[in-house]
Amino acid sequence: MLEVNKINTFHGKVRALWDISLRIAEKEIVSLVGGNGAGKTTMLYTISGILHPASGTMEFLGNRIDGRSPHQIVKMGICFVQEGGKPFPDMTVRENLEMGAYIRETWKKKEEMLDHVYKTFPLLKQRAGQLARTLSGGERQMLAMGRGLMSRPRLCMFDEPSYGLAPLLVKIFFASIKTLREQGMTILLVEQNVRQALEISDRAYVLENGRVVLEGKSGELLQNDHVKKAYLGL
Amino acid sequence: MNLMKRTISKKILYPVLLSFIFIIMVMMPPYVSPYTIILLNSIFMYIVLTVSWTLFSGPTHYLSLASAAFFGIGIYVSAILGDKLPLLVVIGLGGLISFLLALLVGLSSLRLRGMYFTIFTFGLSELIRHSVQWWEVNRTGTVGRWVIAVDHTTVYYVMLAILLITLVVTYIIKHSKYGLALLSIGESEEAADHIGINVNAMKIITFAISTFFMGATGAIMATRWTYIDPSIAFNPLFSFMPVLMAIFGGIGHIFGQILGAGVLTLLADILLTKFPYYYMLLYGMILVIVVLFLPKGLTGLKEEVKKWLKVD
Amino acid sequence: MRILEGDGIIKNFGGLAAITNVNFYINQGEILGLIGPNGAGKTTLFNLMSGSLSLTSGVIRFKGENITGLKPHQICKRGMARTFQLVKLFGNMTVLENILLGSLFGTLTGIRQSNALEESLELLEFVGLSGMDGILAKDLTVANQKRLEVARALATKPELLLLDEFMAGLTPTEVSLAIGLIKKIRDKGITVFMIEHVMKAMMSVSDRIIVLHHGEKIAEGIPEEITTNQKVIEIYLGA
Repeated sequence: MLEVNKINTFHGKVRALWDISLRIAEKEIVSLVGGNGAGKTTMLYTISGILHPASGTMEFLGNRIDGRSPHQIVKMGICFVQEGGKPFPDMTVRENLEMGAYIRETWKKKEEMLDHVYKTFPLLKQRAGQLARTLSGGERQMLAMGRGLMSRPRLCMFDEPSYGLAPLLVKIFFASIKTLREQGMTILLVEQNVRQALEISDRAYVLENGRVVLEGKSGELLQNDHVKKAYLGL
Repeated sequence: MNLMKRTISKKILYPVLLSFIFIIMVMMPPYVSPYTIILLNSIFMYIVLTVSWTLFSGPTHYLSLASAAFFGIGIYVSAILGDKLPLLVVIGLGGLISFLLALLVGLSSLRLRGMYFTIFTFGLSELIRHSVQWWEVNRTGTVGRWVIAVDHTTVYYVMLAILLITLVVTYIIKHSKYGLALLSIGESEEAADHIGINVNAMKIITFAISTFFMGATGAIMATRWTYIDPSIAFNPLFSFMPVLMAIFGGIGHIFGQILGAGVLTLLADILLTKFPYYYMLLYGMILVIVVLFLPKGLTGLKEEVKKWLKVD
Repeated sequence: MRILEGDGIIKNFGGLAAITNVNFYINQGEILGLIGPNGAGKTTLFNLMSGSLSLTSGVIRFKGENITGLKPHQICKRGMARTFQLVKLFGNMTVLENILLGSLFGTLTGIRQSNALEESLELLEFVGLSGMDGILAKDLTVANQKRLEVARALATKPELLLLDEFMAGLTPTEVSLAIGLIKKIRDKGITVFMIEHVMKAMMSVSDRIIVLHHGEKIAEGIPEEITTNQKVIEIYLGA
């Protein structure tokens, strides 16, 4: 579904991604794990069009996406839920969610999507009329995830979705990831909560200093010595 | 505290160079035409306004558009008391009254941030202008006032002194821990408050210090117009020009502010004499072009040229 | 000695009751944990302690002194420092300058600038950022930014340090390193009050934990008591 080939992305003069290649098949849950500054967020920024790669190609459902602008990529069916959520602070929870369905096709069906999101995150329904800036850190995260779902994406990318979430909510979130997959969604997960990420995903890529150093089935990576020592604190 | 790295040669070179320039400035008047003296007075005036504006608004990002109010107060102090008190006292009072007013303004605008602060200061400036106008018309029975004449050379030396004091004070503050604190207020006011910086006090006092110089300048420059009224003294242009000059020259360095003020004042003068009908248009165009291509102002020129050369 | 006490803390935002009648205390030298679901009021409580927000009613006592109503910079100088959930660094200033400001302004007694510089460099090493003094704060990785924020807070010579989600976004290995840092801070004699969602950290360092839910304190006790508390499992930890 998504094919990334030898992508190199720079931040100004500094190269953040070195010849990164990865692929995601339909209905897979793939996680991208690694420490701080490894390049995970940069990878997501590159796929979503916020950053443009200096070289390499990316294809989504057979169409080239490298060099395209973010809104085009959203239209093609990729949604990107950023770290910390970044909701629109002076709009209500409901308005934020509605904005997620901005693309013409989904705008018509937004009530339906809204119900669906409210079922997945009942807290958002409770706070529907509140201004986003009055929400706590974890609640904003939830709002951003809900907003991402509103555009009925084929591929959903989450950047640190468990950041600042209470343990109960983390469990709920990862459970809803599974539900999303059952509904036909493909998921790319970037997480520093390495254990949980590996437990829920099918395959994973381990990034260090902008390079893929390990890849494979998540179950196998959980047993990998390097992963255990460098990331799982074992 | 000198936190910026300076090589030894710079430490000796700069003060020597500056002293040299200062000495030339002091000796100059008998050898140049009155026209040059008047022009230099204007340049000194705008440099003081720009540098003092930047003292507060530069690091904290609280863009004040009230400079005209404080400059105008200085002018009015001179117009009202110029014939009753010695010159230096009048100038000191101009500065002092501005300072006190600024303390009041600061206290009343504490909770305002960003755009709200800027518009508040602009509105305030206009309020003062209209208030003075009302008072003059209804209580004093005049519209404008005559200003006592002072010869250009005296103005020159006074302005030079004010300029020197402004530059020295600004430099000292900027390179002290208070300068660093002001920068931190511009970065994250809440964090600054939480590490022990009395943010409110620092904002208000720095703002007031900057207006002292504006008021003093107004008091001496009042003589440039023989007749003043509220619309001349509190002309909003004196609020906008320092901002433009700082951005044009480079808001980060005192040298940039001096350059911006100097160049733009000179430019205005040249354009006015050579193209009396189009000078506003040309002036505006030059401003726009510089800001578009040199976001860091003139002091960013060196960097930009380097970038261009690398591209080629 | 109880270094911090909150009595009858109430905070309303208009009609919204954010904190309702919370009573708590921290003993000097201990590490007190604060947990609770998102939106429970944890950061709000911190904001009330540090002076960012004013109380609707109630009293806060720090080292026996009533500090209710004091401004943040006054509270900081009295010995309470904090970090923020979303890091608030002076981004366009260097790592060293960030810490230096804390050292120069954070105490009641003044400090000579040469001493401040020395202290700042020491703190740089203490938190593990040696060699990064000239880097701009905004160019650091998130984990390092958090360390810098701690260093800056420590520069104000606090007796009580409030940490707001210090571990968020760290890999398990990075969490272990962060726990090490907190223990070092405690060993220096500084009392720590920390908000955390990373239970591993909570369990391994906290002496006691209090639990907030909808602005009320619903549980208090040692870590083992809290993790086996039915209500806490139901509303926060999950099965």
